[in-house]
Amino acid sequence: MNKLLEIKNLSKKYHTKDGEIIAIKNINIDVLEEEFISLVGSSGCGKSTLLNIIAGLDKQSEGEIIFHKKKPKIGYMFQSDCLFPWLTIYENAILGLKIQKEDTLENKEYVIKLLKKYNLYEFKDKYPNCLSGGMKQRIALIRTLALKPDILLLDEPFNALDYQSRLAISNDVYDIIKKEKQTVIMVTHDISESVSMSSKVYVLSKRPCTVKKEYIINLSEKKDPINNRKDKKFMEYYDQIWKDLDINV
Amino acid sequence: MSKEQLNYLKKQKKNKIVILFIQLAIVFIFLITWQILSDQKIINPFIFSSPKKIIITIYSLYQNYHLFSHIFTTLYETIIAFILGITMGFLISILLYQCKMLAKIIDPFLTMLNSLPKVALGPMIIIWTGANAKSIITMALLINLIISIITIYNGFLNTDTYKLKLLKSFKATKFQLLKEVVIPESYRTILSSLKINISMSLIGVITGEFLVSKKGIGYLIIYGTQVFNLNIVMSGIIILLVISFILYEIMNCLEKRLLKNK
Repeated sequence: MNKLLEIKNLSKKYHTKDGEIIAIKNINIDVLEEEFISLVGSSGCGKSTLLNIIAGLDKQSEGEIIFHKKKPKIGYMFQSDCLFPWLTIYENAILGLKIQKEDTLENKEYVIKLLKKYNLYEFKDKYPNCLSGGMKQRIALIRTLALKPDILLLDEPFNALDYQSRLAISNDVYDIIKKEKQTVIMVTHDISESVSMSSKVYVLSKRPCTVKKEYIINLSEKKDPINNRKDKKFMEYYDQIWKDLDINV
Repeated sequence: MSKEQLNYLKKQKKNKIVILFIQLAIVFIFLITWQILSDQKIINPFIFSSPKKIIITIYSLYQNYHLFSHIFTTLYETIIAFILGITMGFLISILLYQCKMLAKIIDPFLTMLNSLPKVALGPMIIIWTGANAKSIITMALLINLIISIITIYNGFLNTDTYKLKLLKSFKATKFQLLKEVVIPESYRTILSSLKINISMSLIGVITGEFLVSKKGIGYLIIYGTQVFNLNIVMSGIIILLVISFILYEIMNCLEKRLLKNK
């Protein structure tokens, strides 16, 4: 697979009245096409800042981000589905296209195709409050995919859901991502989520955020996230990462 | 529908009727007591007037003093001040939202102006704009504008940060942020500021009419005081009560109607 993105010696400092905070220190990550990468770290370690910098919403203090693609398109999803309650499902799904003034007939048809493919077409004229949490998260994903992003950034995408839906929806989302051949960087604090979904896991340290360890996930048999959790090697990875995270309560 | 559900609905309806009945009873008992106390000279009817006298006065105001043209003047001034206040409040809030630096700079001045009793500015306004409807509308505008700015601007500030971040990740322009998130999210706040604004406008207009005017309900009340005809004063107050209630209810209905479509 080709290299899509290189993060080189990335650092980020924040300045506050009480002094300088080093949020991210010297991070190096390579992302290959169609790879699913997870960044695992405890909350508040600066994971989201990293995604913000990749998305261009924030500026790094040092280092570079190199895309091996001209004008890369970036899709960003957060823990809240962020659907607009005053827009219909369809209007929500094409919001990104509308903002970028790319709501051409062709692109709209692509959105309708996605809605149909993932069983949401019948709800297209309904408002978000009529849908379940899982459906909302799928709409949010379609809204992002509508822009045909080169890379997808997921910031704790399932955090707002209860445990059972979380499992079911991560399966759903994973399925869509694989079908649409997306490259993904996901930030999470959930170890099992990262092991069951990704091909590569980076364990991040607490502040300042650095890469502590890197795992290439080789389960004995790659299936969907729910079944991956039953894999023999799943627990090994889990235990390793748990130790790396060095969680003291 | 189950029996329990029917019972529940019945109870709700009954509650509503009881409340309305008690409200009407309070008004009725108040008016009757007032009338009796006044008839029996327990309270001085010259100073405290009576419901009967007020009705007679309103009727004679209608016949001899062009009551409707006074009501019309007050309403007209209120509505102009209301429209100006809400439009300017909205535009200034947008300006402040776009330019956070400016917002920070003028923040203490806004707070000062907001806590200043605007009536104190009355005499100056009269000198600057002349003793006419213009000064009354300026007065009302001063009273309703600042509160509108503060309410709407705070509504804008409370926009969901995730929605903003989402649009920024789509590379939205500042104008698109406003149009697609900030304003629609503040829709509720803007509508409820209409209600505050209409009451403030009426307060401002009456204050203005007290200071300077040849027409309007405020003028009638001041005129009544000057000729020591308390019946006119009381009638003016009753008419104002009705006007303010109607204006508020109109805004309330408008708000409900507009929210329904959303």
